[in-house]
Amino acid sequence: MTTEPRLVEVRKNVLKQNDVIARVLRDRFRQADVLAVSLVSSPGSGKTAFLEKTLTELHPRYKVAALVGDLATENDAARLARSQAPVKQIITGTLCHLEAAMVQNALDGWDLNEVDFLFIENVGNLVCPASYDLGEDLRFVLLSVTEGEDKPLKYPTIFNSADVAVITKSDLANAVEFDEPAARRNIQAVRPGMEIFKLSAKTGDGMSGYLEFLERRRIRSHAATTL
Amino acid sequence: MHELSIAMSIVEVVQEEAQRHGSVQIHAVHLKLGQLSGVVKEALLSSYELACFDTPLAGSQLLIEEIPVEVFCPQCAVPRLVSSIQWFCCPECGTPTPTVIRGKELEVVGLEVTE
Repeated sequence: MTTEPRLVEVRKNVLKQNDVIARVLRDRFRQADVLAVSLVSSPGSGKTAFLEKTLTELHPRYKVAALVGDLATENDAARLARSQAPVKQIITGTLCHLEAAMVQNALDGWDLNEVDFLFIENVGNLVCPASYDLGEDLRFVLLSVTEGEDKPLKYPTIFNSADVAVITKSDLANAVEFDEPAARRNIQAVRPGMEIFKLSAKTGDGMSGYLEFLERRRIRSHAATTL
Repeated sequence: MHELSIAMSIVEVVQEEAQRHGSVQIHAVHLKLGQLSGVVKEALLSSYELACFDTPLAGSQLLIEEIPVEVFCPQCAVPRLVSSIQWFCCPECGTPTPTVIRGKELEVVGLEVTE
């Protein structure tokens, strides 16, 4: 006699394992007073140049460090090491995104009390990283002026999952006839109220406003910790 | 494409859960999939078959319930379904809102089993 299947109710988040590790990381960052910022974007949007400039600008005054996700090479870490900040490459192999466990492993042996700002550069991809919490305080999504103003509408999920949008390569805006109001409108459509910075890592234009924002956010999260 | 790693996580979660119910045969897995989960249904379905290969879940079905995105409208003070995920605003009064109530789910909610 064949029995009819019975339905067992369960309630299990598929990414629970990742989320548990992300929570552990977030607690570690808070306890060590680290502001953790992750960067997501499509390949070639200028994440590494942006990060190199950020590390160089913050380095004299703060203790900064970076983890860099890449499919196959260590080129980005080599580039970023020029900033003098400690940088570790996470080679993901064929994996198209970072997961919390990879961040946890990469931090092994690092004393977070010696870090004020930790940057986590995700693999260049506007789809897969959206689902994975890395324990970061802020997720930045980068959009370069050469990519087209409608990127946020094409990838609403990742733009919606981010806290801050950064329009990069602003020095090229005129050459590519970048429609800035349209880009801002599209970002706001998929994530109303999102903070937007427009800057050029090459010329340094617009960097100061963004750096002040980072410093303010760190003071704010520090205040929350000591309350 | 990260749907294969998601499918493998589903298989793992289900196997853990099934063990708690004794030696059961799994016929189907019910999954809630939010429109903002970052996971594509079709890609997940084909990845699922691969992920089940050579596991106790081989031959089982993945039944996906898609969850639309619901936001809270601060103006109307009620939850509303967005008309498009390219436009996070109240479909009634047009007020933009970033407050997502539903639509990020990636959750196993039921198993069809026989003893």
